[in-house]
Amino acid sequence: MARFGMVIDTLRCVGCMDCVIACKTENEVPEGFCRDWITTEVRGRFPTLTMEIRSERCNHCDRPPCVTCCPTGASHVEDFGSLVLIDHELCIGCKACLASCPYDARFVHPDGYADKCTFCVHRVRKGEAPACVAVCPTRCMHFGDLDDPQSEVSKLLASRRSHTLHPEAGTRPRIHFLT
Amino acid sequence: MIELTTTRANPMIDPTMHVWGWEIPVYLFLGGLVAGMMILVGYLYFSGRHQNRDCACFVIPGLGLLLLTLGMGALFLDLEHKPYFWRLYATFEPASPMSWGAWILLLVYPALLAALLLRLPAPITRRFPGLAELSDRLLGEPIWLRAVGAANVAVGSLLGLYTGVLLSALGARPLWSSALLGPLFLVSGLSTAAALVHMLARHPEERVLFARADNVFLGTELLLLALFLVGLLSATEVHARAAHLLLDGAWGALFWVGVVALGIVIPLGVQIAAVRHKIQHTPVAPLLVLAGGLALRFVLVAAGQASHWSPL
Repeated sequence: MARFGMVIDTLRCVGCMDCVIACKTENEVPEGFCRDWITTEVRGRFPTLTMEIRSERCNHCDRPPCVTCCPTGASHVEDFGSLVLIDHELCIGCKACLASCPYDARFVHPDGYADKCTFCVHRVRKGEAPACVAVCPTRCMHFGDLDDPQSEVSKLLASRRSHTLHPEAGTRPRIHFLT
Repeated sequence: MIELTTTRANPMIDPTMHVWGWEIPVYLFLGGLVAGMMILVGYLYFSGRHQNRDCACFVIPGLGLLLLTLGMGALFLDLEHKPYFWRLYATFEPASPMSWGAWILLLVYPALLAALLLRLPAPITRRFPGLAELSDRLLGEPIWLRAVGAANVAVGSLLGLYTGVLLSALGARPLWSSALLGPLFLVSGLSTAAALVHMLARHPEERVLFARADNVFLGTELLLLALFLVGLLSATEVHARAAHLLLDGAWGALFWVGVVALGIVIPLGVQIAAVRHKIQHTPVAPLLVLAGGLALRFVLVAAGQASHWSPL
């Protein structure tokens, strides 16, 4: 079984927000909401500053707390690619999954169910890349099977330094940022 | 220096997560109150105090059913996908405290109804004399009394613990990352239940009994609250920062004044004086305990949502 993940090169990302627009268009994300977003992190003291621009979204964690806490099984790990997905027909809108996510990656869709990034599972099933990856003008985003040592994402992780978000939360996120 | 800027502005999530408003604290408060009432009912049956016709154990079940229904109503109001509420009962998810809670709530109703059957309200017995006969027969059956008492203590304890475990299982919020939340909410539920029954009790001896019990619960609650904060302060930086939300942060005033002073310390002092016969029993102390129990849930639910793993 594949274990899909993303590798994002922060040295290439310019924060153009093409990924955000592509996601909103592809997934018909309602106005005022977003499934992915750009975070800019500046560290240091002037003039010795470093800046990292990241395209962030649901991390499709290996140990997803949103799945554990869900009382109806709406939040689940899909067999296909081990993706963390939500069955809207099962979701009661209790918001426990929103509170359990250390990345605040979920939101309540205006129709009442919890919503978030799906890694564009409908495209991936057809062999296409997620919309955000497909449109990235700097080619900083890469998608693939983290368990396949021959995949592009595995090779990038083996050859470059990288980090994940809040590893201390113990969720084992599957989005890696190259630095 | 670390500066984070984000383009995300999702409602209820940004700038600070606030997915649960007044409904969840009210639900947790009423759930804890009913849990405490069930444990007290069990105690009253086991101790034989039901032989007194004025015993509070005959008032508690009906009131408990009403309060629990109100609490479930608050929970229902909080749901964003209300037509799908029934999905809670179409499955059991053993890893989800909320799923456990949903099924525990289903056990609460029969346990309280069984207790209610031991002494039905007068309008019901007038209309259904057969039920009154059944009620009298059951009240004379020690096995039935013990079974009802044990069921209420067991289900009440589960319900009281669950109200705290529900939050502590959400590890992404550092303020809630404490195994003490379950016992804290259970003891707080017992304390508010003792306060309510203290006010309702007709028998003077029972009033003293519940005032004494409440003093023990309030003292334990204060100790658990202190241990809960010490645990957070001695953990990681994010946990210590979460504790400071209560100690000297945005919720500091409500925590110190509403929860600690008005909700625990002052009523404890008043009730200690009352049980030592230095002052008359007054409903002021129990009312403060009830308000303090509600304030505790409001503070912990609101501040917990604002606590996070971010380095800022």
